[in-house]
Amino acid sequence: MHPTFHRSANTVARLSIYGAVFVLAGLAWVAVTVGRSSYVTEAGIARRQPVPFSHKHHVSDDGIDCRYCHATVETSAFAGMPSTATCMNCHSQIWSDSPVLEPVRASYRTGEPLRWTRVHNLPGFVYFDHSIHVNKGVGCSTCHGRVDQMPLTYQVASLQMEWCVECHQNPAAYVRPREQVFDMSWRTDRQDEQGAQLVKDYKIKDTHTLTSCSTCHR
Amino acid sequence: MTKARRRLSGLILCAACVALSSACVQKMASQPHERPLQASAFFADGQSARPRVFGTVPSGYTRNNARVEPPQSFDPDAQDLPFPLTREVLERGRARFDIYCAVCHARTGEGDGMIVRRGFSRPPSYHTERLRQAPLGHFFDVETNGYGAMPRYDAQLSVDDRWSIAAYIRALQLSRDATLDDVPADKRAELQSGGQTK
Repeated sequence: MHPTFHRSANTVARLSIYGAVFVLAGLAWVAVTVGRSSYVTEAGIARRQPVPFSHKHHVSDDGIDCRYCHATVETSAFAGMPSTATCMNCHSQIWSDSPVLEPVRASYRTGEPLRWTRVHNLPGFVYFDHSIHVNKGVGCSTCHGRVDQMPLTYQVASLQMEWCVECHQNPAAYVRPREQVFDMSWRTDRQDEQGAQLVKDYKIKDTHTLTSCSTCHR
Repeated sequence: MTKARRRLSGLILCAACVALSSACVQKMASQPHERPLQASAFFADGQSARPRVFGTVPSGYTRNNARVEPPQSFDPDAQDLPFPLTREVLERGRARFDIYCAVCHARTGEGDGMIVRRGFSRPPSYHTERLRQAPLGHFFDVETNGYGAMPRYDAQLSVDDRWSIAAYIRALQLSRDATLDDVPADKRAELQSGGQTK
């Protein structure tokens, strides 16, 4: 009797059974990689805004401190977005006939706020407070990157839990002296010795507390 | 196919379904509460951020029971701070001055800050006779209500911060004709060697 399958079908069958493992592993890898990519996290993608606001120009060229506009970052959970009036502090006289700034002037005339697109969008189940981070020595650039070099603003970090926990597990690797928090270009070669001392000085809680679920999910 | 095998393949199928369907619906991520400054369909002006109401305690500030107080009246002719002058007050004043005022007035108080160099009208130097004679309350008044081309800063600066800045402006003025005799004896050597560099 002529066999239905050729002898090689046995090998093909075995290969496809073992192969399934690799296919599944490959799919899992793709899922994880896509999950971490900027396709999902939106990191590295500049958002469209009503006015093409440049942090690079305002911070690096003009030397304006972060807190001039984000005035509540030291005292409140929300860093604070400048009101249109804050823009007009300078732009009542500077670039006051620029068409690019017409939405700002229109907002000032009508009282209708500018509708900026939020760049850092944490999920609703995350409790986050800027003030505690700033006051414990976490620099702006530690999480936001070199915003002072961004012509258009984008998010640098993934904002995923693994990224938060990286620092909550070992804050000594990231904290800096409080006086340097708003210095965008700050860096040190002595983080190993300095970090642990700062954690102690600023009474930063132990890893167990910092990584407890209810610290961030309240 | 044995029973155990069938169960195993069922499990794998289930796991695959869960893996494929997860992260599609994130209901917990968008909860029914407003984020700061989020647009709102509830209020007529379309804003979820509400103006502050005097006498209320803003949500999140209940710990220190900080009520929203109406603006306090003050004396624009006041010569003194409403609280004791300490080193901390001056340090605070300097820090706030460098953030909010130096952009135009420059860290020296000359009035040639970066925004002025970009074309904003130049404010007077603090080191003119008129402003050297001005009472402390005058600076608080200008910070609170604005003056000429200068906008008001009461939204960015607390009452105490505004007084601290006024005190620091006075210190800037005094620093102009200070002599070596004004420097504590133990600090003179440091000053003469060029001061401490940070």
